[in-house]
Amino acid sequence: MAGPEANVTAGPDSDGRAPMQGGINLAEVVKESAIAAGIAGLLSLPLLGLHAANVGAQLLLRTRWELFFAAVAVVFVGRFVLALFRDRRKRPSHGPSAFDRTLHVIHERMLVIGIVALVAAVILPFTEWGGDRYIIYTATTFLIYVMLGWGLNIVVGLAGLLDLGYVAFYAVGAYCYALIATHFGWSFWVVLPLSGLFAAFFGVILGFPVLRLRGDYLAIVTLGFGEIVRVILINWYDVTNGPDGIIGIPRITFFGIEFRRGEGTFADLFGLDFSALHVMVFLYFVILVLAVITNLFTQRMRKLPTGRAWEALREDEIACRSLGINPTNVKLSAFALGAMFGGFAGSFFSVRAGFISPESFTFIESAIILAIVVLGGMGSQLGVVIAAAFVVVMPEVFRQFEQYRMLMFGGAMVLIMVWRPRGLLAFRSPTILMHPKDGKKTIVLKKEGA
Amino acid sequence: MLAYFLQQLINGLTLGSIYGLIAIGYTMVYGIIGMINFAHGEIFMIGAFVSVIAFLVLGALDITFIPLALLVVLLAAMVFTAAWGWTVERLAYRPLRGSFRLAPLISAIGMSIALQNFVQISQGARVKPIQPVIQGGVVLFTGDEGFTVVMSYLQIFIIILTVVLMAVFTWIITRTSLGRQQRACEQDRMMAGLVGVNVDRTISLTFVMGAVLAAVAGLMVTLQYGVVDFYIGFLAGMKAFTAAVLGGIGSLPGAMLGGILIGLIEAFWSAYFTIEYKDVAVFGVLVLVLIFRPTGLLGRPEVEKV
Amino acid sequence: MLMRDLSRPLETDIPADALLEVQHLTMRFGGLVAIDDLSFTARKNEITAIIGPNGAGKTTVFNCLTGFYKPTVGRLTLNHPDKGPFLLERMEGFRIAQKADVARTFQNIRLFSRMSVLENLIVAQHNRLMKASAFSLAGLLFMKRYAKAEKEAVELAKYWLDKVGLYERADWDAGNLPYGDQRRLEICRAMCIQPALLCLDEPAAGLNPRESLELNDLLMSIRDDEGIGVLLIEHDMSVVMQISDHIVVLDYGRKIADGDPLAVRTDPAVIKAYLGEDEDEAIPEDIVQDLGLSTRTGGTKQGDGGNA
Repeated sequence: MAGPEANVTAGPDSDGRAPMQGGINLAEVVKESAIAAGIAGLLSLPLLGLHAANVGAQLLLRTRWELFFAAVAVVFVGRFVLALFRDRRKRPSHGPSAFDRTLHVIHERMLVIGIVALVAAVILPFTEWGGDRYIIYTATTFLIYVMLGWGLNIVVGLAGLLDLGYVAFYAVGAYCYALIATHFGWSFWVVLPLSGLFAAFFGVILGFPVLRLRGDYLAIVTLGFGEIVRVILINWYDVTNGPDGIIGIPRITFFGIEFRRGEGTFADLFGLDFSALHVMVFLYFVILVLAVITNLFTQRMRKLPTGRAWEALREDEIACRSLGINPTNVKLSAFALGAMFGGFAGSFFSVRAGFISPESFTFIESAIILAIVVLGGMGSQLGVVIAAAFVVVMPEVFRQFEQYRMLMFGGAMVLIMVWRPRGLLAFRSPTILMHPKDGKKTIVLKKEGA
Repeated sequence: MLAYFLQQLINGLTLGSIYGLIAIGYTMVYGIIGMINFAHGEIFMIGAFVSVIAFLVLGALDITFIPLALLVVLLAAMVFTAAWGWTVERLAYRPLRGSFRLAPLISAIGMSIALQNFVQISQGARVKPIQPVIQGGVVLFTGDEGFTVVMSYLQIFIIILTVVLMAVFTWIITRTSLGRQQRACEQDRMMAGLVGVNVDRTISLTFVMGAVLAAVAGLMVTLQYGVVDFYIGFLAGMKAFTAAVLGGIGSLPGAMLGGILIGLIEAFWSAYFTIEYKDVAVFGVLVLVLIFRPTGLLGRPEVEKV
Repeated sequence: MLMRDLSRPLETDIPADALLEVQHLTMRFGGLVAIDDLSFTARKNEITAIIGPNGAGKTTVFNCLTGFYKPTVGRLTLNHPDKGPFLLERMEGFRIAQKADVARTFQNIRLFSRMSVLENLIVAQHNRLMKASAFSLAGLLFMKRYAKAEKEAVELAKYWLDKVGLYERADWDAGNLPYGDQRRLEICRAMCIQPALLCLDEPAAGLNPRESLELNDLLMSIRDDEGIGVLLIEHDMSVVMQISDHIVVLDYGRKIADGDPLAVRTDPAVIKAYLGEDEDEAIPEDIVQDLGLSTRTGGTKQGDGGNA
């Protein structure tokens, strides 16, 4: 695909300029940088240089020339440095870069890394960090995103269907538990499977009409669906309590045993001193188990006819049809299963928080989950973990830059796409081998064949 | 009730003109490189912000002659927004041309998030109110129950400007060499390149044209509602995209038709049913159209290449 | 209960020996008539070639047969040796491969290029594996029946990979194979659905002479060993003339000749439309000798129609 088109549209350096050989043409680089700086000036004049400041009910025009000139200067210098590096980079490189090789090694040792990570996750609460509520809380949040990422990975990474409304299924799961638990008092352990099924059912209802559509239409319809769900949650006061959300959602129990002070509670039965940490650690393990189930399920599915059909569909739908594969059913199964895991994660979210409102289910949430899947490497389970760590942990580390979080997030999405369009870990292992013994050798061979 | 109906018709047409102008940007970009420019809604939002700031600058310079002010603001919005449109394509889409299918779309989503937050940070999250610029209107008709149908001068301005822009763009696409190059790239980008069309430049200009129209829509929204905030791009973009699909993506008259239909649906739904669910109604229409007529109202049927 | 399945014709409609019966097939795209009232038959154990100049509508015939297009007019009957007759024009695209066992390849190779060679062949056996694994459930529960079915699928894949010499490279990504191997793999993949009719869209395109000869052997072995019908679109006359049992010639969507290679070769209409006036140059030397061109047996040129 990239082949012939890339020749025609190879970017700005293909407008007939002779390639710069040997030394760097300094005048050329300065000119380029000046043009870039000029454009940056044009862009930032109205939005950075000028500021429509809210003063009372009025708007006042303020100027911020220092910011404006700083932006222009940064672009000039940045472009200049980039141009210098670009000329160096243009020389043909031999073989994959060190970074690629590192990633490849990671990919090959996936199983070992996975087991180590799992063991680390299991012992985390029993280490000295385990006593830190903040760390357990963040780790739980991280695992929710890992689980959502793995769920969406079925839809986007394996089946290649761009779902921009995944958060809708998350919301369905969350409201499912919140409503059933507050109205009927059912236990989390009963509602958890129900909410998954309910979300999957929603997936089928939505998927059935729209999965016949071309990829990009699907993206926009799922986006619309996500918005519809949110609008309904906001406006259907009688059921959802509108924008105020649902409060007082019953907390999780240790399979029926409550986490409280007093007799017959978790602490009492296990002879422990009551600590608020118990329930947090328990929640941590619940989401860890849920996430691991999601992962194992997906890994197993990949080796089954349905999972293989997902990947085949991602590669070529027309070829699938010519082989007698029903594309609608295959898409529907991916969509419904992805939705199901979203529903599980949603009901976990609501039992942990004890409070939910439509605020938690905005488009940006869908975009974050999608980013986790895509940045990690489409279809790569380990990639999802790495990307989730990046998305969840980085903002915690850089708390002082809180307000720049989404800006950097959006920028990172663009940069990573431009840099590695298939994400960080864009490798794929075959789901079945004819010659399992020399699997390693064939991977080397593949590199040569490419 | 006829009066009420007519009033909604006028409101719907005005709103539809705005959606239509944004929709053209989606449809042109989709036509030429086959991607949904997800950040187009944010381009429109930037157009609205530039308009607000331009009005403030004119206010500071004490220019109060309204036609002149409008002209200056219009031009400023077009120029600055076009620069944004061009840059977005250059940075986020061009490096991904010919890359795998989902990459540009995801890059576009990233761009949309980044732009929205950039404006939020640089201009503040609060809504930006401006004084009404065009006031008054003509009473067209007084109904039985004393309900008057008013067409404001602003609505007249919006509709006339839309018609003029449509005429100019139709002329560009059908009569000029740029339009020919665009249509050539739409049919076969590689072949167009081989016969000497500067494909990069043509695509860039397509983005610029889309951004110019979005800027005009931004100005119209600023005038119509009197408030702007960093979040308006998302919903407007969604609805405009819906309009483009409804009209048949890739078709310019289709985008305008789709925009007007979406505007009318929204106006009538709000007037006769519930205003809360107007967005649901719009997306419902989108889903129905995609199911029963996936090529849209004026779109050409697509023959699958096997 | 007595309702007739509309995708099954009445028994009386089908000639006894035809595997595929195309009757009055017409396909219009707007004002353009891509195929105009085409009728022909293809038989089991035979290679039927459809030839014609560029734009004659050959691939369109395939697209109608395999459900990618709905024919404007016409009846396409597949007389399946085991399952009985099917009316292909009434079936939804993927069901033609699923139920009627019609497999095809594509002019522009359509492999699952980021999946391995073996996976490509396993995906082709999707429907059988789905059945064996109760829609993947049995596999999810690690039941024996799925393991067994998968093993059989691998065996079938191995059989075909051995046949085309790709066994060693079974774990490569399909997209990393050389072009000729990709063509062969696509044929293997189509064979893995165990078809009754195999439709090949220009299988020799882009192959070098040696590969082209190997392809001839492969196709003849498919015809002789598998006992299926092969429908072939081809430009390479050396392939067509050597291996076809029956040739249908199209020009501007119309059938201009129909018969065995010898008859078609010498048909004046074909020579005019397709091979050009300067016939000796267009014909490979060996064929000239094989056919003994001086004899010039008259072609069995037929009008359109067939048995209506």
